[in-house]
Amino acid sequence: MITVNNLTKRFGKLEVLRGISCHIAQKEVVVIIGPSGSGKSTFLRCLNRLEEATSGEIIIDGIPVTDHKVDINLVRQEVGMVFQRFNLFPHMTALQNVALAPMKVRKYSKKDAEELAMSLLTRVGLADKAYQYPEKLSGGQQQRVAIARALAMRPKIMLFDEPTSALDPEMVGEVLDVMRSLALEGMTMVIVSHEMGFAREVGDRVIFLDDGQILEEGAPEEIFQNPQNPRTRSFLSKIL
Amino acid sequence: MRFDDVFKYLPLLLQGTKITIQLTVVAVGCGTVIGLFVSLMRLSRFRLLSLIARCYTDFFRGTPLLTQILLFYYGIPQILGLNSFPAYFSASITLSLNSGAYIAEIFRAGIQSIHRGQMEAARSLGMTYGQAMRYIILPQAFKRSIPPLGNEFIAMLKDSSLVSVISMPELMMSGKIIVGREFNAFETFIVVALIYLIMTTAISQFVSYLERMFGKHDHGE
Repeated sequence: MITVNNLTKRFGKLEVLRGISCHIAQKEVVVIIGPSGSGKSTFLRCLNRLEEATSGEIIIDGIPVTDHKVDINLVRQEVGMVFQRFNLFPHMTALQNVALAPMKVRKYSKKDAEELAMSLLTRVGLADKAYQYPEKLSGGQQQRVAIARALAMRPKIMLFDEPTSALDPEMVGEVLDVMRSLALEGMTMVIVSHEMGFAREVGDRVIFLDDGQILEEGAPEEIFQNPQNPRTRSFLSKIL
Repeated sequence: MRFDDVFKYLPLLLQGTKITIQLTVVAVGCGTVIGLFVSLMRLSRFRLLSLIARCYTDFFRGTPLLTQILLFYYGIPQILGLNSFPAYFSASITLSLNSGAYIAEIFRAGIQSIHRGQMEAARSLGMTYGQAMRYIILPQAFKRSIPPLGNEFIAMLKDSSLVSVISMPELMMSGKIIVGREFNAFETFIVVALIYLIMTTAISQFVSYLERMFGKHDHGE
């Protein structure tokens, strides 16, 4: 589903990603962990070209994302993204937030888009908040609306950029529940997260990124219980 | 003091007031449209567009409005080999272009104040840059631009008095005419000043009302 070959990313002189190669299969749930500044978010943002790769190749569902002749908007329609800071549109209700892209990008009628939006809000448990503006919602509720908004494009892949890091602890669970149900339905997911319990339970594979490189990857049990790389060991000992 | 010598010219003053309001509405109205396009050009990734926008705003913000008015009224027709433009035409164009430059900067600041996560969220959904601007960024930026737009409206209302130098029969010109006939500069200009003050006060009240109305649901980043 996603193939990355020797991806590098430089911000000026700072080399953030230093040759990343990996393959993510359909329906796979991959959790990327690593210390802050290791390039996790940058890697994720390269996948839908919110950041331009400096060199290397990314192929998503057979489409070379890094090729500039490709209409990136078509790729982005298939790749949903959820942000750490939710980034809901504050001037729209929850329902409008979810219905907008199907209407403007997929050209659904207003009625169809709103029906779809309502069913997605119901699914994330927020049907009763459909007509509220984001400012009236808690962080956990906002993030669930953001997930519904991304799902409204019927993506094949979902990217999660630290989706629970900006949440109060008591709200983390409700967001992880939604993500867990997505994983169970077979969504291909790439998740940057510090939620190790969740990674262990839901993840098919964990990738440990440090200093712009993949230092170790494998099944969650292997990585968490028997890390091979000393850097992985030292990182895990600090956060587990 | 003889205020009755002013008030017998009330129709003239009201006529001038009407033209002042017309000029200001035209200038800020056209200026808003110009400002929108120029601000988008200024933020464009095409260097040439951005440079043109920058030259335009720098010129109109960096030179006196009085100079601009005289340049457009006397200067431009001269090099075009024409007699002159009608004063109303020249005044409207110059004030609109001037206002457009200030409003472009207001919109640019407004657009740049919207957190970049908004653009990223919109683009990540597959929207084009134009769609993201239209549905996500500009509505929020416009709301934030209302207070400075109100200030611009007030500034333009006052600055439009400068077109009296090309004999536009607006409020200031009406005052000058009365003083020319009655030699009552103090009384006349006090009345003219009060009329301006009433208008600017009304506008600022209206703007704070708009601010309250549009202020809802804008607690994003």
